[in-house]
Amino acid sequence: MLEVNGIKKVYEGKSRTVEAVRNLTFTLQKGEFACLVGPSGSGKTTLLKIMSGLLDPTAGEVLLDGKRVDGPPPGMAIVFQEYGRSLFPWMSVRENVELPLKQKKVPAARRKELVDESVAAVGLADVHSAYPWQLSGGMQQRVAIARAIAYEPQVLLMDEPFAAVDAQTRADLEDLVRDLWHRFQVTTLFVTHDIDESVYLGQRVIVLSSSPTVIRDDVAIDLPEERDQLHTRSSPRFAELRARVFEQIHRPVEGQAHGVATHAPDVIAPSGATAVSATSDGGH
Amino acid sequence: MAFLRRAGFALGLPIVLFTLWWVTSASSTDFYFPPLSRIVDSLVEEWFGPRLADDVLPSLIRLTAGYLIAALVGITLGVLIGTYKRLRDLLEPVLEFFRAIPPPVVVPILMLIFGIENTMKIVVITFGCMWPILLNTAEGVRAVDSVLSDTAKTYRISGAARLRNLILPAASPQIFAGLRQGLSVAIILMVISELFAASDGLGFAIVQAQRSFAIPEMWAGMLMLGLLGFLLSLLFRLVENRWLAWYHGLRRAQRAG
Ligand SMILES: Nc1ncnc2c1ncn2[C@@H]1O[C@H](COP(=O)(O)OP(=O)(O)OP(=O)(O)O)[C@@H](O)[C@H]1O
Ligand SMILES: [Mg+2]
Repeated sequence: MLEVNGIKKVYEGKSRTVEAVRNLTFTLQKGEFACLVGPSGSGKTTLLKIMSGLLDPTAGEVLLDGKRVDGPPPGMAIVFQEYGRSLFPWMSVRENVELPLKQKKVPAARRKELVDESVAAVGLADVHSAYPWQLSGGMQQRVAIARAIAYEPQVLLMDEPFAAVDAQTRADLEDLVRDLWHRFQVTTLFVTHDIDESVYLGQRVIVLSSSPTVIRDDVAIDLPEERDQLHTRSSPRFAELRARVFEQIHRPVEGQAHGVATHAPDVIAPSGATAVSATSDGGH
Repeated sequence: MAFLRRAGFALGLPIVLFTLWWVTSASSTDFYFPPLSRIVDSLVEEWFGPRLADDVLPSLIRLTAGYLIAALVGITLGVLIGTYKRLRDLLEPVLEFFRAIPPPVVVPILMLIFGIENTMKIVVITFGCMWPILLNTAEGVRAVDSVLSDTAKTYRISGAARLRNLILPAASPQIFAGLRQGLSVAIILMVISELFAASDGLGFAIVQAQRSFAIPEMWAGMLMLGLLGFLLSLLFRLVENRWLAWYHGLRRAQRAG
């Protein structure tokens, strides 16, 4: 169980202080799959860093199985947003994926198995001896994902992991992540800009407001467990959930002067955006 | 073909200069500027003869010893200073002070302490070429990418594994830059330490030749030094290209993209 209690983070700079997140509280049950959406700059990366113990919060605490997180806990893997910079350029794809396993003292035979499996799972079996800088952005991102899944984590945090891949690969990777979660019941927090993706993937979507960041909404995704790209995404329930998330993101901030809607330009509108806006307009 | 063209380019100018020197000096009767043919004779007879073992080898051994110690100490201290900010703040003024001392001036002092034998010369070489190695290493360690460092932290790569898999490779381009600077300083100091007081070595032999008016031999010694420096830097390039293959590839990829 991963508890986030009243997390607040203020970056103290020389010329400016930034309140990245104001007050975040939520709990991820063991084995739960949650998605986190929020506009650019709303502090998603900041939150992930705090949850993994890489960054100290200004206030509040993170508890993993009741223990306070004050450094990266064992069994946690992160796929960083800056995937390109998170791969060791002096190591081949294989070595990159294998390194954390060596550190975990996984026996060599098992290590080979895990590396082969995960590299194949992200569709990179034929480039395992290449260096990261010889690969495209999307391929690099998949290496970072392969490294995380080979690690067999109990908690998996992913920061916009599919930002640089094409639509087809993205769909494949989405199903891969769901499949892994099914098989190993990894507690997963998945950050994305894409509303459709957030609804499709998890059991729950946590919607962040723009800065000063609080939790806007926490939507339970009651789609059937068996999902597939075509049918799930075209189901009426999917459209309803998507509309709800969309509405929350685009809702004006309470108490803000003039009632000007804070738009979230970086949030990718779902493909049925016009229909969705029509619905939400009707609701006002 | 491309290789031949490159080799031709690299060798072209040296051949032209050498020929020019050969031709213009051929009929020289000036005592101080003997014909190149005589210098080459002396180079082959003396420097590639008995002096190779008597003078060149001792010089090379001292150079290697001093350089390796400097590399070891410089990289170790550089990693520590680059890692711990407190240590850096503490040591920075002292380091700047020592670095500002031109190494040749410590020779007389070190002579008093260590005598004129090998120890003194090795210490001089180490003292001089350690600074570029140390400072470059510290700079490289300090500049390790924060995302890479976070990645290592989340996968709990720490201690020796962190040093081996993250810090040293990440800093290696800068470490090599420091080593390269250090190498040229080391060669200079190898000669200088032998000019003051010595019983063998390249620098010693060149000064001996000059004092005994063995002018072709003196010139030949200079050629020998040039040749040695050239070979050492070639060797260095070979090692560097092997170790930093990933870095050169990365840079090429970045430039192309
Ligand atoms: N190291 C830092 N120092 C100062 N301010 C920072 C730092 N990191 C982030 N911030 C600020 O904190 C806020 C939240 O940043 P964060 O990267 O967490 O947002 P995000 O939700 O991940 O955005 P995006 O979707 O664009 O990745 C931003 O205003 C950013 O400028
Ligand atoms: Mg981010």
